[in-house]
Amino acid sequence: MTARVLRRVAIFVVSVLAASIVVFLFMAVLPGDPAQVALGVNATPELLAKTRAEFGIDRPLVTQYFDWIGGVLHGDFGRSYVTRDAIGPQLLDRLGVTLWLVGAGMLVALVIAIPAGTFAAVKHRKASGAGVSGLSQIGVAIPAFLAGIILVQIFAVQLRWLPSGGWTPPDRNAGEFVRGLILPALSLGLVQGAVLTRYVRSAVLDTLGQDYLRTARSKGLRPGQALVRHGLRNASVPVVTVLGLQLATLLIGAVVVERVFVLPGLGSMLLDAVSARDLLTVQGIVLVLVVGVLLVNFVVDVLYTVLDPRLRGS
Amino acid sequence: MKARIPAVAAVLLLAVSGCSAGSSASVSAGPDTLSVGFTAEPANFDFTRTDGAAIPQALLYNVYEGLVKLDAQSRIVPLLAKSWTVSPDRRTYDFQLQQGVRFSNGAPFTAEDVKFSLLRVKKDWTISIKSTMDVVDHVDVVAPDHARVVLSKPSNGWLFSLTSRLGAMFSPTGVGDLATKPVGTGPYVVAARKRGDSVVLKANPAYWGRKPAYSTVVLKYIKDPTALNNSLFSNGIDVISAITAPDSIPQFQADDRFQVVQGTTNSEVTLAMNNVRPPLNDVRVRQALTYAIDRKALLDTAWAGRGTLIGSMVPPTDPWYEDLSNVYRFDPARAKALLSEAGATNLNLRLRIPNLPYAVSAAQVVQSQLADVGVRTTIEPLDFPAVWLKQVFTDHDYDLSIIQHVEARDITTFGKPKYYWGYDSKRVQQLLAEADSGTPEQQVADMKQVARQLNTDAAADWLFLLPNVVVAKTKVGGFAANQVSESFDLTGLAPR
Repeated sequence: MTARVLRRVAIFVVSVLAASIVVFLFMAVLPGDPAQVALGVNATPELLAKTRAEFGIDRPLVTQYFDWIGGVLHGDFGRSYVTRDAIGPQLLDRLGVTLWLVGAGMLVALVIAIPAGTFAAVKHRKASGAGVSGLSQIGVAIPAFLAGIILVQIFAVQLRWLPSGGWTPPDRNAGEFVRGLILPALSLGLVQGAVLTRYVRSAVLDTLGQDYLRTARSKGLRPGQALVRHGLRNASVPVVTVLGLQLATLLIGAVVVERVFVLPGLGSMLLDAVSARDLLTVQGIVLVLVVGVLLVNFVVDVLYTVLDPRLRGS
Repeated sequence: MKARIPAVAAVLLLAVSGCSAGSSASVSAGPDTLSVGFTAEPANFDFTRTDGAAIPQALLYNVYEGLVKLDAQSRIVPLLAKSWTVSPDRRTYDFQLQQGVRFSNGAPFTAEDVKFSLLRVKKDWTISIKSTMDVVDHVDVVAPDHARVVLSKPSNGWLFSLTSRLGAMFSPTGVGDLATKPVGTGPYVVAARKRGDSVVLKANPAYWGRKPAYSTVVLKYIKDPTALNNSLFSNGIDVISAITAPDSIPQFQADDRFQVVQGTTNSEVTLAMNNVRPPLNDVRVRQALTYAIDRKALLDTAWAGRGTLIGSMVPPTDPWYEDLSNVYRFDPARAKALLSEAGATNLNLRLRIPNLPYAVSAAQVVQSQLADVGVRTTIEPLDFPAVWLKQVFTDHDYDLSIIQHVEARDITTFGKPKYYWGYDSKRVQQLLAEADSGTPEQQVADMKQVARQLNTDAAADWLFLLPNVVVAKTKVGGFAANQVSESFDLTGLAPR
């Protein structure tokens, strides 16, 4: 098991380095001089040269890359060309917001999907089970931003129960923080919940047909007890796979939801940096997102090993 | 096992909670707190080195003050200068300064700071509008409360520029880190910022003038117009600084919780024509296009019928304003006649616009109306600002464009042949120069001539003037209807 995890760690590190090179080169070949963009249209050649030197973009690409990645490894992402702020602390701050959003969205999705999917599987021959399946089909078809707009109209604009957007950090006012997170988390989580419900249903259905469940029931356990004691752990393996894949889509959904709910997360930071041609910031954000997705894959891989003993030997 | 997966999620949630700590900006609402929503967020706080309207909108008159300011009727009124006199040759300005003024870092404000600030524009500023200060020859410190500015030639434009960010007063001890730590003499200081969310201003306890009515003002930045409106509807903010979705105004008018204040701006939405490139270097073609466009219909489509038809580069708040909107009355037959007279049939023009909502909807009207007189146009939306600035503004690679020109008194751009209009008229250049150096009466007369000449030459088609529409809760008062300065001036706002 240790060897397997170590191999995964090695793959993870190599992937991150490869990704950093790709991101860096991609930004380097993009048209547009960051100094020109930062200084505006009437900047003098002398000032442009001075600013390029100040940004360090007048040096060879290889030097720039090693400086950048060397800094990143020490947690220093450089200073933004546009805001003149250190990028690293900004990234961490914005990442916090996005992770809260994704985490809360995932929680909502799981709270919906596990009972609903299990219910739909156990009652798959009954109308109630088919009803839950049907509802999940509708949920899958609704994009997160539309769910967000509808939720805002009902709960913020009409009923005025919850804020329509904005962010309160949890350490300042926990109540406001939770109130502000409810609608974004719901709009992200409802759709994800619908997607996951279908996977949970098919995974549980699969498990229900297995011999060991029949054995468990023949020992006198009721169907529900048999499922909880012996089935769910097995059913969770494919669900965790999907969960990992879905986490990446959840990150992308979060970008859109952040715009709808005016949350200062990574997604809105990325959109702003792109429109301001703030390349160093874009570079940093993309790297963090890529590492995030790779990290999820890594964790899913390790979780398999924990959940499914058969994989430990391999 | 069933419980483990949600538990993992919960642990993840707890693990990240540390990341967002210590970075708060918005504050809990109270009667002394006002929240104002804006669409464009300042990239940083340094308007001496960063272009754009968002920074002076937040900081000018609120955090930074100049010797003079612009009131809502576009008049130049005293601020840090109690009064001033102009010499008979119009080159020497003597400013008597307010006493007991301090910067927010504690340094006293004196004539030395006036000298430092005015000369610093030439030396350290990098934004394009700084050239208006080139006319300053030298500054004398006559006494701590008396600064004398000597110009190399008379300039009315210079005194007017002092009302903009160019006139902001800085302390030599307060310019170390302008991008993150603004130090001014204004009624507010920047207390906190949360990037992507808000800037918090707190009343400056040591302010020399009248204390502002709100001790805390939260500037909330919400890019999406619908989200901005929703925030006002759901009590997230108290004021929308400027409505960018005009279709939503009736919704606010129908609700007693809100008031709608409408006035004018300096923002001319202009159909720019490339005056140096055929076929638009022919005045008859430019006139034909101007006759071919029904500007009333266009305003209805592009800005819900709100806004003013002006027919020139002059907003109604400038002293030399004349309504020239009827000179080219909508007349497709006349347009066709002019086009055939110019031999410009079978035209195919590139309409390269910024990818902004008002420009896109106006471009579609322009396209269909020009098609009615036989002129084909290809609409090319360009990413704004980066691509539009590069290709249209800098490289002049366009036939037609549609863009709002927001700067005050930007009619002077028609005096620069290298500007992207490509308009080159010796008469206009001479009139502009005379207007700048003459008495205020001469200035008004000359500027009227400039506007008429531009109109005759159809140097551009001024489609309409953007309105200023502020929507606020009824309990907030003191709004100026017109938005004529660079500042969103918070100092007059008060509960009512």
